[in-house]
Amino acid sequence: MVQLTLPKNSRMVTGKTWPKPETGGTMRKFQIYRWNPDDGNNPRVDTYFVDLDDCGPMVLDALIYIKTKIDPTLTFRRSCREGICGSCAMNIDGINTLACIYGMDEIKGDVKIYPLPHMPVVKDLIPDLTHFYAQHASIMPWLETKTNRPAKEWRQSIEDREKLDGLYECVMCASCSTSCPSYWWNGDKYLGPAALLHAYRWIIDSRDEATGERLDDLEDPFKLYRCHTIMNCTKTCPKGLNPAKAIAEIKKMMVERHV
Amino acid sequence: MRYLTARKRAEGKGASGTGTEHFWYMKMSGVGLALIIPVFLVAFGRTLGADRAGVLDSLAHPAMAILTALVLFFGLRHFAAGAQTMIEDYTHGSTRRGLIIAVTVLSYGMIATGLFALAKIAL
Repeated sequence: MVQLTLPKNSRMVTGKTWPKPETGGTMRKFQIYRWNPDDGNNPRVDTYFVDLDDCGPMVLDALIYIKTKIDPTLTFRRSCREGICGSCAMNIDGINTLACIYGMDEIKGDVKIYPLPHMPVVKDLIPDLTHFYAQHASIMPWLETKTNRPAKEWRQSIEDREKLDGLYECVMCASCSTSCPSYWWNGDKYLGPAALLHAYRWIIDSRDEATGERLDDLEDPFKLYRCHTIMNCTKTCPKGLNPAKAIAEIKKMMVERHV
Repeated sequence: MRYLTARKRAEGKGASGTGTEHFWYMKMSGVGLALIIPVFLVAFGRTLGADRAGVLDSLAHPAMAILTALVLFFGLRHFAAGAQTMIEDYTHGSTRRGLIIAVTVLSYGMIATGLFALAKIAL
């Protein structure tokens, strides 16, 4: 349901300003959301200064700099540092994106970093994605077949394989789903852009034989039709994918079944 | 504390098996209204400045009466369907169901009132 104010224990309080590193380089100011479930305090925004002469160009480089040289308690997920694993998704300068492929030069002024919006926070910049992953699992993200397994392999034409381009590249970073107001208000039932993009990826796979069942599972006012083509998902996707188009294609297939 | 798995929460009660009809109806009524509303506005606009008898005569013309009835019915049904979507977006539980019933009753009530008034004028 729509929430216009934050719960009392989620309201921000003034955070700590950490001292500037005495390295003499070019400094950049970072304002970063902090929350620790163990201390019982409200979330706060801490201020850090990063020496750009001693740090890589990406926002993730700065976060690693802060964690290594200023505040080891700063908590965030990261792994591949090249936009493949989707771990470091966070809200940077008001945009949900991957910290590892978002350059500091793309941001004007102070760098403001928050966890992905409207998700429960585990700690600092780490959102709880349990429900998000369960929704992904619910769309059966695997090949469903009924025909006996062929002796060698399930064959697919080059043209049919090309239909999966722009879909299979999704790294499940949750940037799109957490940018969607419909997912904010009805995320318990609405599958969100990421899960629906994956659903479409399997629906149009020429080798998959569960198209009808997959569409049946999406025939619901909330699972699919909470999408109102707001298109924040497409605007924010750090991989340049188009979940809104995938959802529109699913709706089109639904209508084709009826009319 | 309920010991439900994340998958159980995500699946919920499963798909309701509806939704496409509502979606398709909104598209169809939207296109239909985009066509008939301008015609209605132009036709009704021509009576602006006329006296009461002139306006009633205009509405009593079969073509105008049918057009007005279409605008009333499809306009208010489109409104109800759109309002239902909005209610589903922003409310939960019994409030949601109550408001959907209220909007449905309101739209049919307004349609009935409008058509009754139109019938009195046109017949």
